[in-house]
Order: sequence, then structure tokens, then C-alpha cells
Amino acid sequence: MLSFIARRSATGLLMLVALSVLIFILLRLAPGDPIDAYINPSSPMSASDLEVLRDRLGLDQPLPVQYLAWLRAALGGDFGYSIQRSGVGVLPLVMERIGPTALLMGTGLAIAIVLGISAGIFSAVRRNTLPDIALSVVSFVGISSPAFLTALLGLYFFSVLLRWAPSGGMQTAGAPFSIADVLAHLVLPACLLSIGHAALIMRYMRASLLEVLNQDYVRTARAKGVREFWVIIKHATRNALLPVITLIGSTVGIAIGGAIFLESVFNWPGMGLLLVNAVGTRDYPVIMGATLVIGICVILVNLLTDIVYAVVDPRIQVS
Amino acid sequence: MTITAPAPTIDPTAGPQTKGPLRRALGRFFENRAARAGLLIVVPILLAVSTYSLWWPFSPNAIDLRAINKGPSAIHWLGSDGVGRDVMARLLQGGRISLLVAVCSVAISIVIGFLVGAVASFGGRLVDGAVMRFVDLAMTLPPVIFLLVLASIAGTGIAPTILVISLLSWPVLSRMVRARLLELRERDFVVAARGMGAGLPHLLFRHGLPNCIDILVVYATLQIANAILLEAGLSFLGLGIAPPEASWGNMLNLARSTVVLEQYPWQWMFPGAVLVLTVLAINFIGDGLRDAFDPRSDLS
Repeated sequence: MLSFIARRSATGLLMLVALSVLIFILLRLAPGDPIDAYINPSSPMSASDLEVLRDRLGLDQPLPVQYLAWLRAALGGDFGYSIQRSGVGVLPLVMERIGPTALLMGTGLAIAIVLGISAGIFSAVRRNTLPDIALSVVSFVGISSPAFLTALLGLYFFSVLLRWAPSGGMQTAGAPFSIADVLAHLVLPACLLSIGHAALIMRYMRASLLEVLNQDYVRTARAKGVREFWVIIKHATRNALLPVITLIGSTVGIAIGGAIFLESVFNWPGMGLLLVNAVGTRDYPVIMGATLVIGICVILVNLLTDIVYAVVDPRIQVS
Repeated sequence: MTITAPAPTIDPTAGPQTKGPLRRALGRFFENRAARAGLLIVVPILLAVSTYSLWWPFSPNAIDLRAINKGPSAIHWLGSDGVGRDVMARLLQGGRISLLVAVCSVAISIVIGFLVGAVASFGGRLVDGAVMRFVDLAMTLPPVIFLLVLASIAGTGIAPTILVISLLSWPVLSRMVRARLLELRERDFVVAARGMGAGLPHLLFRHGLPNCIDILVVYATLQIANAILLEAGLSFLGLGIAPPEASWGNMLNLARSTVVLEQYPWQWMFPGAVLVLTVLAINFIGDGLRDAFDPRSDLS
């Protein structure tokens, strides 16, 4: 077990290094002088100071040396300054956005997991009945509709027409912070975020459970006289969940993509909105900082998924 | 040369079974109800989008000052937008642009994907390892994030959008092509061709390409749907295709203004509906093609 975790972590670390190289190269491909990223716009520098800074940052050095210097700074938490907002460092800017995004994605994925798994079980147990077919159609539409369209439609119906939910932001402007207020703002975007993922999880769960229900040990359990409910929940579902775990892990990466659209439609102050605004204003240091943080999160989640999978299914480590 | 009556054959495979694999695949495809429905939706859309300038009286950027933010009517079937442009005309022109971007980017990504897959499978273990790790890396980042970063460097417009989308979508294909070619490399006829001195181009394009055609066709179909969504997503965020040029994505972008979202729903609901309909239909066709090309599907 430990050696598996060690090996898998080493690959993850390698991926991280490669990702940072990729992002560094993209950063250098971006138009403009890379030194702009390191100047605090609120305190402009003279030409000779610029030369000193260029020398100190090693921007006159060959690219690999530059990469190492950049990496050293980044490891120390120095991602440079935002070009657009004077005097704001990239790191604090990104850090204050992680919480809201984690809240939105966590809630959305939790809803998707609960909804998807229970609907999948229901669908597999009642296979080929009307409710099953209806659920399949709904899930097909859910998978096919893009996040920005579900976000717009959701906003239009639930906030504009029905006025059930506030139309954006994380808190009511000017009101004192309260958990109920945040929750009211959270419900709609989180539910909309969960639609596509719930549909995907449901389809996997249904297929996987149908496969398991044909296995001998399920027949054995039934023959022993175990009640159907417990056969499904205890014997079948536990094993059917295995492939779904991998799916949920890989869903997180896709969910970040969906969260970008939801955050920009609902004006949710998260990483996605930060990234979109930074891209809109060509604020490269922020783009790269945010991308790197998102990349790190995705790699960590994948690592975690693999480890969880190895814990619940010991066969994995053998191969 | 005289034509003689065909001699009776005793070939056991003769009879109704002699249809080639392609004919049989096509037969299976047309038996698939969802795939037929997909065709029934996509073909009219394609026709309308490509010929609209012949029969629709308005041009996508013509301004009708008497119809600013007017709802659907007998003159402007789908209404008009904030500067008096006809929504129907923009929808059709937007379809043109969206499909153009999708088709071009898929064509480019097929070339890249096939070549990378070929290099990986025929280039030896070291090259293979290096290329596949790069592919892994390219697939680590969520596609939308990658798309945003590339788009921020490439800028807006039709050509940059095509470039960005095609750069993003080849890794999946190259992985499938590699798997197929690795298997093919060990087949007798390829080994024989090698033994007779066939060079890499001959192996790749005479043997490799025809044997990957099913992968490529299915990938191309499904990826067109995906590319339409990516383009729409980019343009929705204000990257991708910039106004005044129309695309389904940047028509949806209008709805980011609260006024348009609340008071002029026809300006964004129609492009949204057409977008989802097209994507669904293309996905149906792609799924149908995949099942049709799968030789095992005749057995079940």
C-alpha cells in the first residue's frame, strides 16, 4: 500500500513539474515583456532600476535558468503582481478566490453524487420501465447541454421569472454576513452545476449496477434469503460503486470548467471569474497563477482518487 | 474481350453475406433510429445555414432602425436585437461561422492527432514514452482552462479560435490512433510489407490510415459537436469570435447583460436552442457511426 502511494505520488509530482514547465513556456509565449509581471504598477521604475531588476530576476539568462529562477520564486509564493490591479500580488488574489470556488464546486458535486448514485440505483433496479426510460432521456439532455446554457436558463427561470433565488453574487450587497444569506445565493448555481455531473454519474452507476446484479454472489445472497433491499444496498451497490469512484475523480477537472461558466453568469467571486476577467484584460501573471493553482488541485484530486480506489479495491495494487 | 456468362461459384461466403464491411456498416447505421433522427435534424440545418443568403431577405449585419429589440414578428421571424439586426439572419450566419470553426479545427486536429499517434507507435519505445507522457500532460488540465489560456495568447477572431480548439483536441485522438497502430504493427501483412522494404510513409498511409478510418470518422463526428460547444463557450466568455461577426456563442454572450436576459429572451434562447439541437443531433450520428463500425454489433 505504502509503496503504491509513494509511486503514485512520484508520478503526480512529475506531472506537477511538467505542468509548471508548460505554464512557464506559455507565459513566455504571451505577448509583452515578461518583466512587466514583476513590477508593482503603483510604483513605476526608472530604466536603470529595470535593468537591475532584469538582472536580478535573471531575465537575461537562458530559458532553463529562467525557469529555475521562476520556479524558486513561485515555490516561495511569489507569482508576481497583477498587471491590471495596481499593487496586488497574484498569490493573495488567487488565494481569496479558492474558498468560494471550493464551496460552489463542493456543494455542486455533493448534490451530483447523491442525486446521480440514487437515481442510478433506482434506474438499474427498475430497468426498462417508464421511469427508467424517462430518467435516461433526462440524463442524455443533461449531459449534452453546455454549462453556460443551463446557467442562463436557470438564471432566467428561477431568478428572473419565479424570483426564487437571488440573481448573482455570493452575498447581498451591503448586508451583514450571514450563513443563510450565502446559502440562498449558493443553492441555484450549485444545483445547476450538478446537473451535468449527476446525469453522467447516474449513467455510470446504472450500467455498473446492472453488471454487478448478474454476478453469482448476488444470486447467492438472494438464495440465502437476504431481503432484496439489502441485496441491492449491501451486496451489489458496494461493488458497483468502484468504477463510479474513478468517474467522480475525473469529474472534478470537468467541474472546474463548468464552474467557470456558472461563476461568470452568477457573478460568483471564485477562481473561474478571476480567470475569465484576467483573460479578458490579458492579465498574464494572474492567468498563469490561477492556472497553476487549478492544475495543482486537479493533480491532487486525481492522486487522491487513485489512492482511495486502491484502498477500496486492493486488486488495483497488484497490476 | 468477350463477356461470358458468369460461372456458378461455389464460394461458401457467397450469397447475401458478400456485402463489404463498409456497406454493412452503412446498413447498420441507417437501421439506428437515433442516428436517422440526427441526420434528419442536421441536414436541414446544414442546408439552411449554407444557402440562407439566397432566400432570407435580411443580412446578418443589416440594421433596421424601426425594429430595435422587437420580438418575433412576420417580418423578423425570430425578432431583432439591440441595434436592429435580424436575429434569424444572425442565427444562420452564426451557424455558418460555428460550423466553419468546428469543421476546420477538427480537420487540423485529425492531422495532428494521426501524425502524433503514428510517431508514437512507429517511433520506438523512447519516443512513444515521451510523446504519451506529453499527451497525458495535455489532458491533465481541464480543457476549458487550457482553452482560456491559449485563447488569451492567440486573441479573438476566426483563425485564432480554430487554432486554439484544434490545439486542444488532438490528444484523445492520438491516443486511440496509437493503440490501433501498435496492434497493426504486429500483423502479418504489415510485417511482410516491412520485410519487403516498405518505408514509413508507405506503412503509415497505405496500411495505417485505411485501418484507422473508422476511428477517424467517429472521432471527427463527435469532435465536431464538441468543437461547436468549445467555440460557443469561448465566444460566450467574450473570447473566440468577436462581434460584429455572428456566432452562436457570441449571440448567447448578449444574455450576460441583465436587460437582454430578462426582457429580450428571443435574442439568446433561439441560438441556445439551435446549439443544443445541433450538438445533440451530431452526437446521435456519432454514436450511430461508432456502433455501426463496431464489427461485434452484428453478433448481438
